[in-house]
Amino acid sequence: MSENFEPKIVAIFCYWCTSQAAELAGTSRMTYPPNVRIVKTMCTGRVDPQFILWAFRNGADGVIVSGCHPPNDCHYEDGNFKWFRKYVLLSRTLEQAGIDPKRLRQEWISASEADKLKKVLTEFTEEIRQLGPLNHTIREGGV
Amino acid sequence: MGKPKVGFYWFASCGGCEESQVDIAEKIVDVINAVDIAIWPVALDFKDSDLERMEDGEMVACFLNGAITNSEHRRIAELFRRKSKYVIAYGACSYMGGIPGLEVSKDKKSLIERVYIKGDIVVNPEKKVPVTEYTEDGIKIDIPEIYERPYSLDEVIDVDFYVPGCPPTPNVFLDAVNTLLSGKIPEKGYVFGSRKSLCNECPLNKTKPEKVLVKEFKRPHEVILDPEKCYLAQGVICLGPVTRGGCDALCIKGGMPCTGCFGPLDGIKDYGAKAISYIASILDSKDLDEIRRTLEKIPDPLGTFYRYSLPGSLMYRKRIGDEK
Amino acid sequence: METRIGVYICHCGTNIAGKVNVDEVREYASHLKNVVVARNYMFMCSEPGQEMIIKDIKEYGLNRIVVAACTETLHGHTFREVAKKGGLNPYLVQMVSIREFDSWVTEDKVEATEKAKSLIRAGVYRVNYHTPVETTTYPVDSNVLIVGAGIAGITAALVLADAGKHVYLVERQGFIGGNMAKFDKTFPTLDCASCILTPKMSAVKNNPNITLFTYSEVEKIDGFVGNFDVTIRKKPRYVREDLCIGCLSCIENCVYKEPRFMSEFDEGIGKRKPVYVSFPQAIPLVPVIDPETCIQFRTGKCVQTCLKGCPTKAIDFSMKEEIVKVKVGAVIAATGFKVFDATRDTKYGFGRYPNIYTTIQMERMLNSAGPTGGEIRLQDGSIPKEVAIINCVGSRNENFNAYCSRVCCMIGLKHAHMLRDSIGANVTIFYTDIRANGKGYEEFYRKVMLEGVNFVRGEVASIIPSENNRLTIVFEDTLLSRVRKKDVDMVILNVGLEPHDDWEDVRKVLNLTCTKEGWLMEKHPKLAPVTSLSDGRFIAGAAQFPKDIPDTVAQAEAAAAEAMSLIDRGFVESEPNVIRIDEERCSGCRMCISVCPFSAITYNEEKNIAEVNTGLCKGCGACAAVCPSKAISQNNFTDEELYAEIMGVLRE
Ligand SMILES: Cc1cc2nc3c(=O)[nH]c(=O)nc-3n(C[C@H](O)[C@H](O)[C@H](O)COP(=O)(O)OP(=O)(O)OC[C@H]3O[C@@H](n4cnc5c(N)ncnc54)[C@H](O)[C@@H]3O)c2cc1C
Ligand code: SF4
Ligand code: SF4
Ligand code: SF4
Ligand code: SF4
Repeated sequence: MSENFEPKIVAIFCYWCTSQAAELAGTSRMTYPPNVRIVKTMCTGRVDPQFILWAFRNGADGVIVSGCHPPNDCHYEDGNFKWFRKYVLLSRTLEQAGIDPKRLRQEWISASEADKLKKVLTEFTEEIRQLGPLNHTIREGGV
Repeated sequence: MGKPKVGFYWFASCGGCEESQVDIAEKIVDVINAVDIAIWPVALDFKDSDLERMEDGEMVACFLNGAITNSEHRRIAELFRRKSKYVIAYGACSYMGGIPGLEVSKDKKSLIERVYIKGDIVVNPEKKVPVTEYTEDGIKIDIPEIYERPYSLDEVIDVDFYVPGCPPTPNVFLDAVNTLLSGKIPEKGYVFGSRKSLCNECPLNKTKPEKVLVKEFKRPHEVILDPEKCYLAQGVICLGPVTRGGCDALCIKGGMPCTGCFGPLDGIKDYGAKAISYIASILDSKDLDEIRRTLEKIPDPLGTFYRYSLPGSLMYRKRIGDEK
Repeated sequence: METRIGVYICHCGTNIAGKVNVDEVREYASHLKNVVVARNYMFMCSEPGQEMIIKDIKEYGLNRIVVAACTETLHGHTFREVAKKGGLNPYLVQMVSIREFDSWVTEDKVEATEKAKSLIRAGVYRVNYHTPVETTTYPVDSNVLIVGAGIAGITAALVLADAGKHVYLVERQGFIGGNMAKFDKTFPTLDCASCILTPKMSAVKNNPNITLFTYSEVEKIDGFVGNFDVTIRKKPRYVREDLCIGCLSCIENCVYKEPRFMSEFDEGIGKRKPVYVSFPQAIPLVPVIDPETCIQFRTGKCVQTCLKGCPTKAIDFSMKEEIVKVKVGAVIAATGFKVFDATRDTKYGFGRYPNIYTTIQMERMLNSAGPTGGEIRLQDGSIPKEVAIINCVGSRNENFNAYCSRVCCMIGLKHAHMLRDSIGANVTIFYTDIRANGKGYEEFYRKVMLEGVNFVRGEVASIIPSENNRLTIVFEDTLLSRVRKKDVDMVILNVGLEPHDDWEDVRKVLNLTCTKEGWLMEKHPKLAPVTSLSDGRFIAGAAQFPKDIPDTVAQAEAAAAEAMSLIDRGFVESEPNVIRIDEERCSGCRMCISVCPFSAITYNEEKNIAEVNTGLCKGCGACAAVCPSKAISQNNFTDEELYAEIMGVLRE
């Protein structure tokens, strides 16, 4: 693992809870690693597993998806559950494909939990730093 | 001017594709009348040199099946590319990597060991494995090198059109041949078959309940499937919704759910991921533990959702072309 | 048409420019593909900033805008309006947060600058794929639902009713007024609570524009901003409101000659009968029969003297729960607070030893219309000479509530003054810090100090009974750093404020978000304090956080104004993030229908395709994530937009 490896992390946050927490982290001037780049969707239910693979393919070393706490916080009833189901099946698939499933993280962070957001993002960045770069994607040879 | 020349070739494949080509039965006569088959090593005796001797672009079209797994495959593929105007990836292996493509998830070393040394029916006390050079009686021969991983055809050469299926059904093959003969050449990258998913043509689609929600996924052998009702609604993974139609729902009519050999519809970046998306979403549970437990029970998700498309998936695909 | 993008980078004073090298970022952005102009400016949201964009749209023929500034939540609307003024569809704008998501959360300047570049790159990539989004408008119903009839709900109701809007005011207790109705006097001016509250309560009753539902709760709110369908559940009070004339003969004639049961309104220091009103001026002046204590309900064999005494035969033991449905355009939540349960902090001995009261009980005791007629007495009937008031009970304490309850310091001062005034007691206030920061509050504090009230900065360790029915307070004097003791006759626990126990359920029904303690969450702590995150739903009063009456009333008026602004505008824009289904692609597989939580998609059997009702679609995008035919695209969140954005944050 190279000393100066700076992981690239894509954070897909739902608008109503975790994005709001991220805004709160901003207004509260909490710092977390700049490696994290936030992309918003209205609901984690919108997250298509293709987005995750697309992120890995484009160079992400880790992807975190976070939404509203189950069972009742989702603004759209159960989008968080829908994401969770996709997440479980996708994680297993990643593992089989040789991509450490730890690189895809799933969290529930409510609008008020800026402190949790900071903690999770800091922790996740460190974890990915330990795992090292994801070189998996374009495993080649011969051609 | 003579009849347009076409070629057929196979790489890493099972022979099913060739089978499908002759399966068009008496219609094959029409095809033979319309074209001049310049290369078809499975059926007729051709040598590589016949191909090499051709002018660049001499063939109008070639139908190449099978995945690319060694240096010989690649050499021939490149030759075909030069010699023909249109290259058609024929069948799931050539199109998306197919069944031989599944080995992309394993490394070459362990695969060679598995196949040549530890295989259940292998007796190989000297532990001989494939080499790239071999000398006997002072004669040195070059043997093609097995690649680190398999590739779909378009990861190796430029491909114009695709004929999906494992193997392609006679109708979709005929459709491709007739379209090309008619001169109405589709846009590059066109995949033959339907523009819509299998559900669109599936006779069971009308039996779906208002919402298809599933408590538990079962494997086809674990249930007695009602052949009159949508299999997915019966809790069996059917990849019909995410799979291109055009196969005439042959599996469904034969009592089996769709396993996805026709691949994705246009614009889908990753077949397996999209399959995971809808399969997981229709699970009817709002209990995190239960969700975990139920989905853990689906055996081999990689093999289930990427049965024909693993090398072509975003996780492995070598070429990416669709970014702005 | 050629894509022509303008990128606008805000300094936000030094909020962004202090961390992010805005010139470098502008330079970088100007080289991104399809970017025609990139500028930075001190305050993009200011008038000149907005004008600059409008001018550029015309001058450079821009057809896409990227604004890198604060957040979509805060200023998305502003810049969409700017685009509109410039003649562009408002959704051809992408906002990129380089403040909340970058400059405010990143330590290092170089890293913050790099991050800003990547976020802007993502915005630029994304905006390439934006397409105009047309929204439709719906009319807004002019009725308003107000939940909770404390001073907040009452105030908002009167403001709206006076403006000619119809208000449905729902109160879960039998009578309106909330906590304020319990008080004797109010700080800092010491005007009597009922003198200022009861006129407002009767105004509520008499205003034809207000429909009052007491002893009722909101069961469900369907629909969307401007068009809510509200289901209200009216619990049976067993006295018919249409017949009762408020003579209260039933109470007088009840078989229980004396009040025997704990009165909730009197906070446990007074008693009531099974048929009761909270206090003689209660609104509505229609008694409630409590089935838990009423003999008729418990045994089915009461002589029903109440009914016999009722001149209009308004008592009806067969009354059933009633479900009422109303339509409203806006909702105001004003559900208030409850006080901290002092038994939870056992060191105070509350509930175990005599002569320990909470401030809310003290309000009842001081109230001349209360259970003691305003007399302050110890349990043996004597007048206390030495009284201690202990502040911060349950507040500013990590084990209970970490926050300051804001009003209790003033309550303590008020009670100290009133106790000296009425019984000449010697009062000592045990405080942590005195917080008297309202208009006239510091002056009141000073006045109370000069009156001779003792102040001890101290942390109470325990309260234990001592001889002669007195109480010993063991405390640490935090100014002297010494443990001391003091004997008193009476202790008043200055309990903090808390959300109701059922906040989670109520929040769900009203579709609001809460802080982790359970206080209702505002859209922005400074700029949108009475707006919630859900459109058309506003919040007011102590339900948002502890506050005094002046702040409560101000918020209630603000919430009423917000509701009115919505109603008087007359229309709401439809959800912009709805989906579209491409008929050519749809295969009729119905996976979308299976996942839509709002039943917004239906199956057209004839065409074998799915069709969306955009009026019902709330724009979650679950169906777009699922559609295996890629037939669904969600406005503002299409696959292409999201792929481009993801690629943008990652590429170098
Ligand atoms: C002991 C004490 C003394 C105080 N003295 C003063 C003072 O002197 N001066 C001053 O400025 N402030 C004082 N305050 C603060 C004052 O009480 C508050 O500012 C004020 O009561 C807030 O009004 P509100 O309407 O927001 O809440 P509340 O008074 O709590 O009213 C909320 C109402 O909503 C109802 N409700 C709750 N949930 C529901 C539901 N789900 N459905 C329907 N209805 C519901 C409740 O029954 C209640 O009637 C004092 C507070 C305390 C505790
Ligand atoms: S899910 Fe399978 S069985 Fe059901 S309609 Fe689609 S293709 Fe047919
Ligand atoms: S207002 Fe005063 S008494 Fe109340 S919690 Fe705050 S500091 Fe304590
Ligand atoms: S999921 Fe897509 S293809 Fe299937 S019915 Fe819905 S819109 Fe049509
Ligand atoms: S976006 Fe959400 S609400 Fe709208 S149709 Fe799709 S699933 Fe239903």
